[in-house]
Amino acid sequence: MPTIPADVLSVAQLARLRIDEAALDDVTDRFGRTLDLVAQLEQIDTEGVIPMSNPHDMQQRLRADEVTESNQREALQKTAPAVADGFFLVPKVLD
Amino acid sequence: MTREALTTASATELSSALKTAEISAVELTKACIDAISAHNGSINAVVTLCEESALAEAKAADLQLRDGTAGPLTGIPLLHKDIFCTQNVATTCASKMLANFIPPYDATVVSRLRAAGTVMLGKTNMDEFAMGSSTETSVFGVTRNPWDLNCVPGGSSGGAAAAVAAGFAPLSTGTDTGGSIRQPASLCGVTGLKPTYGRVSRLGIIAFASSLDQAGPMTRTVEDAALMLQAMSGVDAGDSTSADLDVPDFTAGLNQPIAGLKIGIPKEYFNHNLDQRVAEKIHEALDELVKEGAELIDIDLPHTEQGIATYYIIAPAEASTNLSRYDGVRFGHRCDNPQNLTDLYERSRSEGFGEEVQRRILVGTYALSAGFYDAYFKKAQQVRRLISEDFQKAFERCDVIAGPAAPGTAFPLGAKSDDPLAMYLEDIYTLSVNLAGLPGLSIPAGLIDGMPVGLQLIGRSFDETTLLRVGHRFQLCTNHHRAKPTLAGAKP
Repeated sequence: MPTIPADVLSVAQLARLRIDEAALDDVTDRFGRTLDLVAQLEQIDTEGVIPMSNPHDMQQRLRADEVTESNQREALQKTAPAVADGFFLVPKVLD
Repeated sequence: MTREALTTASATELSSALKTAEISAVELTKACIDAISAHNGSINAVVTLCEESALAEAKAADLQLRDGTAGPLTGIPLLHKDIFCTQNVATTCASKMLANFIPPYDATVVSRLRAAGTVMLGKTNMDEFAMGSSTETSVFGVTRNPWDLNCVPGGSSGGAAAAVAAGFAPLSTGTDTGGSIRQPASLCGVTGLKPTYGRVSRLGIIAFASSLDQAGPMTRTVEDAALMLQAMSGVDAGDSTSADLDVPDFTAGLNQPIAGLKIGIPKEYFNHNLDQRVAEKIHEALDELVKEGAELIDIDLPHTEQGIATYYIIAPAEASTNLSRYDGVRFGHRCDNPQNLTDLYERSRSEGFGEEVQRRILVGTYALSAGFYDAYFKKAQQVRRLISEDFQKAFERCDVIAGPAAPGTAFPLGAKSDDPLAMYLEDIYTLSVNLAGLPGLSIPAGLIDGMPVGLQLIGRSFDETTLLRVGHRFQLCTNHHRAKPTLAGAKP
């Protein structure tokens, strides 16, 4: 099934990306070609194969539930685009 | 030691000269800074130079060298790929998104190499968010290959590879998600090692694909790579995927012979995808290993071709989730005058991310979205297991696998930048190694028309020791790793 601009726009919405109108055809074409490339996996028989999410099939360790970090709010907020009184500023969500 | 040797010798050789006080760390650091000042204008491998702090670190190293507390890397200059968080030093991932990001902490790799006494010269260029094989998608502009300024250095750790080749530093760090250490090492004629997944902590490395990313050394010799890996490796409480295993002494067994070692040659690595001249160079390199007593055996890695499709689902899927953190709120680029929260998210991300990064986020989001998850992401994870099993079967019959690191030599700037799928083929021999989590080493194997070729060695999980032993043996009996570019035409 060929990829159409509407497909790209709906994925872009999920990904919180805004595609420029002028670039939409190009983006659609390249997106479609990447999907064609990955579609070759359909031909491989994977019946009963357990999906691999970690190359060593390792379980991630859990640490003890203890406080290990000190409060570094000021240092960490130094890189924020907009802060006030220790809070991150965002546009109004409710009127 | 001659002045030229300061920018061409291995870290091991430089360390000996430092210990005997033949040279000082300050003198060595200045020589590297001079080389960067002389040639970085053309090559663009270094994006941040930390001259003042580097000289201060070198002075401290000289004190340690004098009072006898120096280790093997004390006073050795190094460059970090701009993907490693460096406290109070800009870390951009070569993206507009992080153009103003100054991390409040060091990556574990950075703090460990700092503790080992290395001198941080600065940060190197890369493909944006490590997504590329040519270092052409950087917000800082392209890095050029020191062997031919009209060619790419490979990527994504292209700045790191070019810097080591150009004499800017004997050591640099890289990261490798699908070949980003080994392919540029191959194209720039340096030694590059991607360790086993979990060998090196990922804390403080800006995440691309969390089940594939691994940091490793890029150096002038295998011996140096062993030294550097030693300093980088080991479990880290800050990375729950770092392996809780003892770290072997990587330099101890380097000089052991390789007689009787079985080297597997996958026929799938020598098909139509490979430049025949590269194939000849690889066969010549293998002949050297045979002379040293190794035995070559034919093996099969039947899912090699499908590795690309598998990788281009798994890596973008993981990237799309990792990069969801860039929302214009807590750090990173924020658009001007956002009208509402959605506008803030969408415009900040579309302005901050380049084209290739956005493409991979789209593909990854699609592969993980409702209705497509089974057909794409789950399917790719199943094929990933088949790829891993191919390697396991092969390692029942051999100790190491050998082949090319890349399908050709460095290509001209711009030659593949309009064709993402052609660019993806660059990593056909490297990315399945990441999918299986194995260690891989690329070492110089000669030149074709003046451009370097890399021999790739792939090892069993957590068996970097054997890879390093074979690589070191090769460098003992050949001189390919000593070849240096002339830097003709390179300007300040």
